[in-house]
Parts: sequence; C-alpha cells; structure tokens
Amino acid sequence: MTVAIDRATGKRRGEPGGRPGPLSRLKQSYQRFWYAYAMIAPVVVVLGVLVLYPLARGFYLTLTNANSLNSARTIGANRIEATYEFIGLDNYADILWGPTSYDRFWSHFIWTIVWTALCVALHYVIGLGLALLLNQKLRGRTFYRLILVLPWAVPTFVTVFGWRFMLADGGVINAGLEALHLPAPLWLEDTFWQRFAAIMVNTWCGVPFMMVSLLGGLQSIDSSLYEAAEMDGASAWQRFRYVTLPGLRSVSSTVVLLGVIWTFNQFAVIFLLFGDTAPEAQILVTWAYYLGFGQQPRDFAQSAAYGILLLAILIVFTSVYRRWLNRDEQQLAI
Amino acid sequence: MSTTTVETKAPADATPTSAAPRRTRRRGENSLAGSLASHAILVVASLAALFPIAWLVFLSLGPDKDDYLHPGRIFGKMTFANYSHVLQETPFFDWLVSTLVVSLGTTVIGVLIAATTGYAVSRMRFPGYRKFMWVLLVTQMFPVAVLMVPMYEILSELKLVDSYLGLILVYCSTAVPYCAWLLKGYFDTIPFEIDEAGRVDGLSPFGTFARLILPLAKPGLAVAAFYSFITAFGEVAFASTFMLSDTKYTFAVGLQSFVSEHDAQRNLMAATAVLVAIPVSAFFYLVQKNLVTGLTAGGTKG
Repeated sequence: MTVAIDRATGKRRGEPGGRPGPLSRLKQSYQRFWYAYAMIAPVVVVLGVLVLYPLARGFYLTLTNANSLNSARTIGANRIEATYEFIGLDNYADILWGPTSYDRFWSHFIWTIVWTALCVALHYVIGLGLALLLNQKLRGRTFYRLILVLPWAVPTFVTVFGWRFMLADGGVINAGLEALHLPAPLWLEDTFWQRFAAIMVNTWCGVPFMMVSLLGGLQSIDSSLYEAAEMDGASAWQRFRYVTLPGLRSVSSTVVLLGVIWTFNQFAVIFLLFGDTAPEAQILVTWAYYLGFGQQPRDFAQSAAYGILLLAILIVFTSVYRRWLNRDEQQLAI
Repeated sequence: MSTTTVETKAPADATPTSAAPRRTRRRGENSLAGSLASHAILVVASLAALFPIAWLVFLSLGPDKDDYLHPGRIFGKMTFANYSHVLQETPFFDWLVSTLVVSLGTTVIGVLIAATTGYAVSRMRFPGYRKFMWVLLVTQMFPVAVLMVPMYEILSELKLVDSYLGLILVYCSTAVPYCAWLLKGYFDTIPFEIDEAGRVDGLSPFGTFARLILPLAKPGLAVAAFYSFITAFGEVAFASTFMLSDTKYTFAVGLQSFVSEHDAQRNLMAATAVLVAIPVSAFFYLVQKNLVTGLTAGGTKG
C-alpha cells in the first residue's frame, strides 16, 4: 500500500545536494522540470482565472458594504454604476460579535458542527457495518450491494423531493407512525424535527458512498493476516480491532475527510428539503446563500464574508486533521 | 503499516462466540444464526434504501396533485398521464438540452484540461508539488457561498448570466481540480516502468503521456468524465441562481419550478423526477464498480 509513497520519496532523494546560487538553481530546476510546469499550466491558468480571481474579488467585496441596491446593475437601458464603499473588516466584526451575532452566526455555526459530526459519524458507522456484512461469504451479496448503492445512484435533487413527499404532514411516514399509534411530528415545520429530518435524509444519501469505499478497503486487506490472527486465537472482536481497522486506515482517513468536507458544504439536501421555510435548520452554507440570493435586498458583502469564514474553517480543519494523521508516520498523501 | 501484533494469550473476557456446539467451520463461513442475522439486517437496509425511490415512482402514477397524501387511492386510478403531460406540455426537453449542454461541456473541458496535470503530479516531483496538491484539495472544499457572489458579479459584467457558457465556466472551477485529483489517482496505478521504457526509447514526457499513458488510462478518464458529469448534472445552487429563463433551466432547477407559491404540481414533479432518475441511475450502475477506486485512489496512494 505504501509503494507509491516510497517511490515518491525516492525521487525526492535524487535532488542535488549542494546548493548553488538561487539563479542557477532556478535555471536548473527549470531545465529539469519544465515539462511538469508545462503540463500543469492549463490547470494553473484555469484555477487562476476561475477560482483565484473571483476569490480575491470576493474577499474585496467582504470589505465593502455591497448589496443589490448599490452594486453595478442594469435597469432597462440604463447602467447604474456601483456605489458601495470600503468599510474594512466591519462585516466580519458584525458577523462574529455584532449585536445579533448569536442568532445569525453562532447558532448556525453550532448547528453546522453538530450536523457535520453527526452525519459523518452515522455515514461511517452504518457504512462500515454494511460493508462488513457484504464482505462475508453470503448468498446474494451482489444483489444487496446493487440495491444499497441506489441512494447514491439517483441524483440528490431527485431523492430529496421523494423525501419531501414522504415527510410532508399527512405523508407516508406520518401515516405509518399514526397507524402504530406513535406521535406524528411536524417534520417540515418544527425546528427539532426539521434538523432530525435533515440528518436522516443526508445519512440516507451519504451511506452508500462510505459503504462502497470501505468495502473496497476491506477487500484489499490481505486475508493471510486474518488467518494468522485466527491461528493465534484472536477473537472476532480482536480480529476486527487489530486487523480490520488498521487495514482500513488509509481508506478511512480519506473518506472521512471527504465526508466532512461534503457534509459541511452540503447545500442541496437542506436547500431542497426546506427552501426558505426553516431559518433554524439552515447550515452556514445555505444561510450564506440565503443572505446573498434568497432575500431582498441581497446582501452580497455579508454573504461573501460568510463564504470566506467557511473556507477558513475548512482549511483549519483540514490542516489539523492532516497533522493529526501524520503524527505517527501514517500519511494522508495530499 | 502498523500491524499491531496480536497478543497470543486471548484475554479472559474475550467475546464469547456462538455458544452452540462448535462444528469446525472454514474461514469466512458463518454460523446459521449469524448468516440469518446478516440477511435480516441487509434486507432491512435494502428496504430503507429502496423505499423512498419506489415511493416516488408509485406517487408519479397518481394523477392528482394531492395524491401523495392519500396514496391508497392511487391504486384505483393508476395512469401514466403525468408522464405524457410532462413530456408534451412542460419544457422538459428544453431542460434536457440545457442539462446535457452544461454537463457535457463541463465534462469535456474538465477532463481535457486536467489530464496532463494529473499525469504531471503523478509522476514528477517538481518544486511546489506539495503546495499545488494542497491548492487542488482546497478548491474542492470551496463552499458554494465563497465563489457565488463574485462569480455572479463577474458573469453579469460579462453578460454571461443566464447563458450556458457562464454556467459551464462556473462548474469548471470545481470540475477541473476534481478531475486532476481523480486522474492523478488513476495514473498512480499505472506502472512507472512503462514511462521509463518510453523514455529509454526516446520519447519526451509529452510523447510518453500521449502515446503510452493516455491509451492505458481510458478507464480512469471515463471515471473522471462520469464524475464531473454527475456533479454538474446534480448541482443546485449555482444553477438556480445563474439560470433565469425557464427554458434554460437544468433539471435540478426545473424540478423546483413545479412548486410555486400558487400551485404545487407534485404529481408532475414526481413524474419528472422519475424520468430524470432512470437513465442516470442506469448509467451509474454500468460504471459504479470503477467509481470508488477512482475517487479513493487519489487519497490513498502517494
């Protein structure tokens, strides 16, 4: 499993040891690597034009008071120039510790963290459980796998509508609960149940990916390790703890990271499930969208500031996560 | 790999395996109770996975827009009327065209541009390599909110709001790094010896890439293409903000338009959802085996 990494470091070891002057080093590295730079050039250009430039501009917007009333816009044949002003870091200050910062930012922030943690934990645990079941010699396991992948195969915007029909007041879930004489919650109206429903739907959407990835990981574990463990008298739990889990580490660390990023940024599920009707169940991403595009006047500056804050949170998280993984030689090779 | 050596003395409190009289089982075989339990769990999970979709299909057969509240009544009056209505009297085919234009455009540009980069980061350790990989990862975690506002501004300056090209460009900002990432993972699985052989025979790195590696990487290219297609196909936030005229909606936006403030044509919505879901899911099943290797390879291989 570490072959590729070894090869990578092997190449690195080949770099010249002595340190000539910066100019000749530049020249040397140009000669050695110009192929590489030529090959990545298209992506660098695209990222520069389509990502970095908008990002820089977005960052500038966060330092202004831009909204849809003072931005440049065209009404009929008249073009109105932008009139927004530079206001420094006021937007960030307002979001983070302004008078209503708890209601607008921190409550959503806490909910976003809870949402991400719960969803990823559920994805992982259920996905791992199902992967373990499917990894046994079992009649019909291909068939099970095909069905269990279904939620992933159908586009999210389709399945979420399916869920909305089911969760609606009077929909099939509540009808079922009433038939069992259980209380029927207002899934799409009551804050707690909105959050509950959002987590449920997102879990349903996200488990297949985890399951299939972990199944791939399980199948790549050398079966002789299990044989050896069994010979040594390891119980099922011990085999799981000392063979399966370490064997899954590299896959797990990748899918958990991807899972966190995707869940944290999960726009479609919450947006399509509730639209504008559930201010309390919005996570930061959908809330930022609401500020910038879901209300009148559109608050471009604050929306962009939320975006920058979200990106900062994710970057900090990823760095910490990477460092935490690297603490004992295990590499998340990114 | 930290394979902790398992202690030979099993602790006394080890979980008691099935207390039934132990018949010698071969490895990987289950006891009867164990396999019954496995089947039971898998059946429940399969039902949970299947039900929401099956329910959507079922509701799409009910002709009235409130039928989803009285599913029992649908049995008496099942009809494909919703489908014919959607196909004949809604902009379904306009949506199909715009979805395909946007998704395919993104896919083609994404894969074309990303292929050489994936190769370069797979094979060459140029200075700045680590930082570049980091940038690729960071662009994958951009929340929609980061780029949405500035993109909107830029596109409206360029008069590209409500145009296919505008949406394609927006999607490329995520598809390109995504494809580069996926393709790197795939190129890593192609033996480096092939490159070396090519170089020995006098090919430049470009020649090696174009003549030897690209033909071998076709499955990987297909996976990257499929992923970016699916991502563009299912994207909601940008599509609903940047596409204004209802003939240019993608499916993700068009589907929402059935529910307006005045009227909720849920029956038509269900039918459209099914029409969209069937071909995509079918296609998905064809390629699903390759998908996961494509995605996780990028992270698990150096």
